[in-house]
Amino acid sequence: MTMAHEINKERPSGLFPERRAFTSGAAPRDVTGWATTAVITALVIVFAFWATLRRLYGVSLTLGVSDYVLMPAAVILSIAVLAILIPAARSVSRARAARQCVSSGDLVNARILTSAASDCAYYTFGFAALLVAVIGFAQFLVANDLAVSRTFLLIPLMWHSFPLVFKAFWLNVYIFVVAEILVLVWGLIVAIARLMPGETARPIRAMATLYTDIFRGMPAIITMYLVGFGLPLSGVPLLGNLSAETYAIIALTLTFGAYVAEVYKAGIESIHWSQVAAARSLGLSYLQTMRHIIVPQAVRRIIPPLLNDFIGLQKDTALVNVIGAIDAFNQAKIISSNNFNLSAVTVVAFIFIAITIPQARLVDRMLEKDQRRLRGG
Amino acid sequence: MPILEIKNISKAYGSHRVFDGLTLDVEEHQVVCLIGASGCGKSTLLRCINGLEPIGSGEILIHSDRVSGPGVDVNALRRDVGIVFQSYNLFPHMTVMENITLAPRKVLNQPAREAEVQARHLLERIGLGQKANVYPDSLSGGQQQRVAIVRALAMGPMIMLLDEITSALDPELVSEVLNIVRDLAADGMTMVLATHEMGFAREVATKVCFLAEGKVYEEGPPEQIFSEPQGERTQAFLKRIVAAGRL
Repeated sequence: MTMAHEINKERPSGLFPERRAFTSGAAPRDVTGWATTAVITALVIVFAFWATLRRLYGVSLTLGVSDYVLMPAAVILSIAVLAILIPAARSVSRARAARQCVSSGDLVNARILTSAASDCAYYTFGFAALLVAVIGFAQFLVANDLAVSRTFLLIPLMWHSFPLVFKAFWLNVYIFVVAEILVLVWGLIVAIARLMPGETARPIRAMATLYTDIFRGMPAIITMYLVGFGLPLSGVPLLGNLSAETYAIIALTLTFGAYVAEVYKAGIESIHWSQVAAARSLGLSYLQTMRHIIVPQAVRRIIPPLLNDFIGLQKDTALVNVIGAIDAFNQAKIISSNNFNLSAVTVVAFIFIAITIPQARLVDRMLEKDQRRLRGG
Repeated sequence: MPILEIKNISKAYGSHRVFDGLTLDVEEHQVVCLIGASGCGKSTLLRCINGLEPIGSGEILIHSDRVSGPGVDVNALRRDVGIVFQSYNLFPHMTVMENITLAPRKVLNQPAREAEVQARHLLERIGLGQKANVYPDSLSGGQQQRVAIVRALAMGPMIMLLDEITSALDPELVSEVLNIVRDLAADGMTMVLATHEMGFAREVATKVCFLAEGKVYEEGPPEQIFSEPQGERTQAFLKRIVAAGRL
């Protein structure tokens, strides 16, 4: 009989250490320190929160806010902040239970309780970080005898400027809707030009590459300035006498056309070449292959990055103020300088945030779905 | 008079010479199996015949008409020469029906109804009649490959090129695909196959070509190649195949 599995004492492979101890059987580390730190952190946060609340309360009273509203709000908030003590307390009790399990030899439950205790402690720290940010922001608002709040968030001025600013915002909407449609078409044309195959298409490719290089490299505000002031000055026929918003649309289309062309290009190149081989081998021409096989598949993939670029475009509509169109930002600036206060500009900020947040979440959702599909194979 | 003539072609990727004076004739209704080690140029040869890859020198003729080199209408060539790939390459954003009817409608300008009737007939024929409106990702590999074959057949090709069409399939799905190839052979379709299925090559081929050194190193009827290979390299290759339990 041959001894096939007898171990060679010489250990010719030398690929692993000679003696290995079975280390995963040890008792879990003690997390009492973390749990205690969590409790101390939670208590500090609670007291800081209460102090901030008290200051806000006093300030709000001087601003003439009714005590009937303030009192209940303050009470509810000071009780709500106690919630941070719950995970901290849990962490301590689990850590203690884990120690008992270790001393009674029940290692499995000791590990489970230790992991629960450290989870609770980490949760407390995260919660504390959030509250630190909230406290910091509140203190910032009331700093220097409410100077910050009065400069940025003067409620009556915000209230009164909102209708004017919102009306002016329609100009931004008009600009970005038209520009987005043009960008979709123009970007695809540029992308296809950049991807034209063969030696004969070299000049076309070079031209398209030069265009994207220039307009991706140039700050949008400069493009806007040059187009908005340069074209009227030059008095070119057809282009010399347009409205400011039309120049804005042209400038934004030029800038974002370059970005979106890159997005399209990446999308088209992400389609595996075997799809081209399959389509061409069926006798479809290059353009038919693009039209029926490649672009439809690419478009599905590029919607998230495309939406990202559109969010950028929507925000950059505020750049029309450099060429003097009365958009939301310009309107708000006029109100601000009349009142020597920035609250109207804050309104613009809120409006922009309000329209971009849903889109940003939509992009996140789509990317997540894509990831899941990819992981699913 | 061969339907397909490959005359003394050469091709190189950088310093690697894929073909070095390769010559091969295919008669009408013949089933030619290309065998050989990985990287010997089986797939490349099929792609050259179909115009998906250019050749360096030499020429390829179909019906005595030159179909290689500049000035050839590759789209017209590909209407006559169908190819099926190892990885199926169905269009994932189209249903099975759309996959099959796209080329007949866009390239042959068939009316949509006519193309659909033909596609449905072909699908029934391979037992996938119920799958006309599903997307490829809901089909098994074997079903996808059968659809890919039908997609190529819908163009009414004179020659079919099959590029290792069972290599990506789970073993239990291979036979359903090979059965279609058997049927096509029985119907007299002219075919050139690159394959690792030696048993199948032996059964279905009228001619087996062993590719090595950038040439057709040895060719002949399957009994001769598989039972009494003459060349030294052919013998070595088949020995390895037998050692791997594949023949």
